[in-house]
Order: sequence, then C-alpha cells, then structure tokens
Amino acid sequence: MNIWRGQFIPLAALAAGCLLTGCNPSSPGTDAGSAVIKVGEYGSLTGSEATFGQSTHKGIQQAVDEINAGGGVLGKKIELHTEDDQSQAGQAATVVRKLISSDGVAAVLGEVASSRSLEAAPICQQAGIPMITPSSTNPKVTEVGDCIFRVCFIDPFQGTVMANFATKTLQARTAAVLTDVKSDYSLGLAKFFKQQFTASGGTIVAEEKYSGGDKDFNAQLTAIKAAGPQVVFVPGYYTEAGLIALQARQLGVTGPLLGGDGWESSTLIPVGGAALEGDSFSTHFSADDTSPAVQGFLQTFKQRYHETPDAMAPLGYDAMMLLADAIRRAGSTDAAKVRAALAATKDFHGVTGNITIDPNRNASKSAVILTITNGRLQYVQTVAP
Amino acid sequence: MTEFLQQLINGLALGSILALIALGYTMVYGILRFINFAHGDVFMLGAFAGFYLAPKVATFVPLPSVAGALVVFGLAMAVCAALGVLIERLAYRPLRQRPKLAVLITAIGVSLLLEYSGQFCFGAANKKFPDLLPAWPVAKVLGLSVNSNQLIVLAVTGLLLFALRFIVLKTRMGRAMRAVSFNPEAAALMGVNPDAVISFTFALGSALAAAAGILYAVSYPSIDPLMGVMPGLKAFVAAVLGGIGNLPGAALGGVIIGVTETLVSGYLSSTYRDAIAFAILIVILLVKPSGLLGRKEVEKV
Repeated sequence: MNIWRGQFIPLAALAAGCLLTGCNPSSPGTDAGSAVIKVGEYGSLTGSEATFGQSTHKGIQQAVDEINAGGGVLGKKIELHTEDDQSQAGQAATVVRKLISSDGVAAVLGEVASSRSLEAAPICQQAGIPMITPSSTNPKVTEVGDCIFRVCFIDPFQGTVMANFATKTLQARTAAVLTDVKSDYSLGLAKFFKQQFTASGGTIVAEEKYSGGDKDFNAQLTAIKAAGPQVVFVPGYYTEAGLIALQARQLGVTGPLLGGDGWESSTLIPVGGAALEGDSFSTHFSADDTSPAVQGFLQTFKQRYHETPDAMAPLGYDAMMLLADAIRRAGSTDAAKVRAALAATKDFHGVTGNITIDPNRNASKSAVILTITNGRLQYVQTVAP
Repeated sequence: MTEFLQQLINGLALGSILALIALGYTMVYGILRFINFAHGDVFMLGAFAGFYLAPKVATFVPLPSVAGALVVFGLAMAVCAALGVLIERLAYRPLRQRPKLAVLITAIGVSLLLEYSGQFCFGAANKKFPDLLPAWPVAKVLGLSVNSNQLIVLAVTGLLLFALRFIVLKTRMGRAMRAVSFNPEAAALMGVNPDAVISFTFALGSALAAAAGILYAVSYPSIDPLMGVMPGLKAFVAAVLGGIGNLPGAALGGVIIGVTETLVSGYLSSTYRDAIAFAILIVILLVKPSGLLGRKEVEKV
C-alpha cells in the first residue's frame, strides 16, 4: 500500500502540472510518445544461482520504486522489464534478445555470473544498447565493447586482494586452489590469485578443479589435504562453497578457506555451518558499514523485504541508480548519449562505494573482506583500489 | 598409499548412493522393460519430503537422533511410494499397450514436470537439509578419515539391497513380480493381477529413491529441485553397466562408477571425470552388451 501511495502523489502532481501548462507528454523532443523509460533486467531468478538473481532483482526494484516515487527521470517513470535466464547457459542470450527487440528497452541491467553476462554483452553491443552488469567481475565482460559497463570491481583486483590477505594478514606461504572449470568468474579469480600469491613469494602446492553443480568434492579435497597447504582458495559460488567447507573439515583439511564475492549469499552459512568458521571472502559491501548511504539503503531494504541484504542487492541498486543518473545527465534516453554519460561517470556516490568509470568501462572502487565468526559475517578490512 | 585408500573410501561412499538409485531404475526395468526417467526426480522429492517432514517430526521425536531419523526416513519413503504409484497410474498405465517409445517420452515429460513444479513449489534456491543424525566424531584410523555419514550410507545401501533381494526372491509378491516380468499375459492367466504388481513395483522403486534422496541430502546437505538430474543420469549408467534388470548388477555398477569418478577426479582431473566414466560404459557394453551381470536376452520372434 505504501508503495502505491508513494507513486500516486507525484503522479497526481505531474498530471496537475500538465493541466496547468498544457504540455503534452508525446510532444516532439520526448521519445516516440511513450510516457515511460523501459529498462530491461535479466538475471538468474531460478536455478543454481537463484539467490544471486533474486537478490539483485530486489535491489533494482527498490531503486526503481525510489526513482519513480521521486518523480522519475526526465519526468518519466522507469518501467522495469525483468526476464529469468534460469541460471542456464544459452538462456541469457535468448531473453536479452527479447528485451531489446520485442520490449524495446533503453538499457539493460544484468547478470551476476560472468559467463552469462558474456553471453548477453555481444547482443547489447551489436544493438548499441548500453548494458550495466551489477556484479560480473570477469574483465572479459566489459572488453566486449564500448556499450558494456559495470558497477563492481574486477577479478584481477579481487584475486590480488585475496592473495595479499593470504600472504600479509594470514602469513601463508603455501596455498591450494580449487576452481570451478565451468565458470569464467572462477577461472579468472584463480588466475589472478595465483599470479599475486607466487609474486609475493608463496607457492601454489595443489591445483584442483570441479564443475559447478557438483556435490561431492572429497576426491579433490583428499588430494589437497595430501599437499598440505596453509590456505585453500575456493573462487567458486556459494552453492558449492558451503559443501566444500563441510567436506574439507570432515577430511581434516585445517587451513582457512578463502573465497570471492561468489560466496556472498544468505544460504552460504546455513549450509556450511560450523565448517565455515574462520573462512574469509572478499566482497563489495558490508552490512556493518556505518556510512549513512549504507544504513539508509539497509533500512528501506529491511522494511520492504524483512531481511538483511547480501552484496548483490546494493550492487543491483547502484546499477539502476547509476543508469538513472546517466539518463538524467544525458538529458535523453538516446542510447549513444546515455552511453557517453555512463562513460563519463565520476565519483558517483553509490551504496557500495564511490564509483568512477575508468577508460575500460570498469568501476574503480574498494573491496571489503569479511570473515565468518560465530556463524556471522564479520567485517575485517576495506582494501582501496 | 594413505591418499589412495582415502580416495577408495570416498569413491565407495559416493558409489553406494548411486547404487541405491540404480536399484530403483533396474527394478522397474526388470518388470516393465521401460526406463523410468522420472526416477531421479522422485529421488529429489524424497529429499524434499525429508526437508519438510523433519520439523514436524521434531515436535514429537527429538532431532537429531537415531529414532527421529528413522521416522523421517520411513515417512519420506511412504510419501514417495504413494507418489510413485500415482505417477504410474496417471502417466504410464494409460500408455502400457502403446509402443515403448511413447512411455519413454512420457517419462521424460514427467521428469521435467516434477523438476519445474519443484522449482515453483519449493523455490529454486538451494536449501539447507536439516541434521537428522547426531554428528558423530569422524573416525580417524591410520590417517584415514571415515565420516559417520559414509558408514551409514554404506550400511543402509547394503541392508536395502538384501531386503530387496528377499522381497523379490522369497515372498509371494516377489514371485508375482518375477512372473509378470517373464510374461505378463501368462501371469494374468494364472491369477496374478499385473496392475497390482506393477503398482507395487513402482511403490518399492520410489521408496528406494526416497531413501537414496535422504541419504544423499544427509551427506551433501544442500538440496534444490534440480538435484536429481545428475545423480539420476549416473545411476542410470550404473544400472546399464551392471546389467539393467539385475539387482546386484545395479549395486556393482554404482560402486564402479563412484570409485572411477573419485579416482579420476583425485589423480587426473575432474574435467575428465564424466568422460572416463562414460568411456568405461562404452567399453563394457562393446565387450558384453548385456552389462556386467546381465543375462543375455533372446529376442522372441
């Protein structure tokens, strides 16, 4: 009900304004007579990475409602078109084609998983439609072309941050890496972790692989245990990370497990439980952050959804807010102008930090490291770019 | 050496769950000469039945405990047995006199129906499966770690295999099952009700799938509506490998697949895991088309 009322008042004000001035929403200068700006979103609302898609969607929806309650952008409401890619390869391309050709969206937001963003990016690039990925960290995503942007940091940064955390904070000299061979994200993180870890004088004693969707990791973990590493880097997704932690502890692998933002999900700790104690991962945002931007976002989010968001929700929120900001600065929904405005973004104040879009269309911003202590995510440190 | 033995233990634990699923495939095939592709999804429903029943059971039997685990186990098996009978009644029975292909395609349809209704009803995100059994300390012998779940899986699989053999070989219903398997028309003329026998077969197969689902969820406590797809496929391969229609063959096939996969993942690379498991299947079928323990079938003219 609150949402309705919130939307109704500005709408009524707008209608009254039109009556007074006699303006016509479909007069020349506005786009083709439509009173809304269509924004497309594709995400994994179902399937193996469902919490990623759902959480991102909640963040985007919250941003859309806040923008519309505040009068919209350029006097128009944002209309969100959401499509589910079922966490499946191939589906992302299909639904993004639909968003662009059939729904006629002005810009596209999505995905979390880099593999699926990489599928959709060439389609957006070809159509000249700007795409902002909230949380795909693989560098290849924005390399697709000049229409592809992101509001999160990239794998080299994240892999380097975790390698430095392992060598400096945890004083580890040996590490094992357990990679998901099905995921571009996981492969990218593993590569940059290994580079930085060996560059700081450490040794990678074991490299094992699994395929996303696996449930049994005993074979790989037994081999890792035999190599005796001080830390194990597991740059995969939460679906597997909890089970990997459980099986690692049962087999007697003792060193802490380290991960990336793929661990960020409300189902990680329920599955892994006590086995995750002392494990750490890098991510975009901590709910313990006391800054007003974070606390304001948290308060509204909790009121709407009655839960504490993981990092995907604020990233979705920031992606939508950045897009609205760019449309405002461009003064139009013309794809080329919005693209140029996005590329010129400087020091945009997001919930997940201050975002500056660099020449490669990546966000330059800081990462936080969280450690699991007593079944809770504990903020450890912020690492600046 | 320690590492190798540990890998064997890991493989045996994985294989015995596959064996349990394979038993259900092989039994339905033995009676109806038809592969129930929805079996892997009944396995998933078994795990979800356990997931939803556990909090209810916990109100009168404390969980985690052995007694509580047995109650959840029994109830989930009963739920899935009823479901198996229902699926057979609604989807397969109307097609029994039709070409085998029609039933096979229907089975794939039922499988997809269960998977996606599962996503709709239970939600697509993975869920934590509740702890049914008290966490026993992990046994450590000679540097090997054997986990209590692995022992339980092994024991339950063995137990159910023997129970199944007993039912099929020593009971009246078992004799009726074998009679229907041999020749349904002749069995009907001798006073056996094939519908009842087939329903019973589905009940038994689905109960086994539920047992496997719960054991799987206890070992890997993260469940989702698509969890049955891969284990179902692997168990199907295991059943064919061991000789489809043959109970000990299914168990043997499951263990072979489990151990091979684990050794390949541990010593080569998990990337080749499925490729090598399936290559073994091809080689065995080339040498012995009826599977390891399967009997040679003479095509009736």
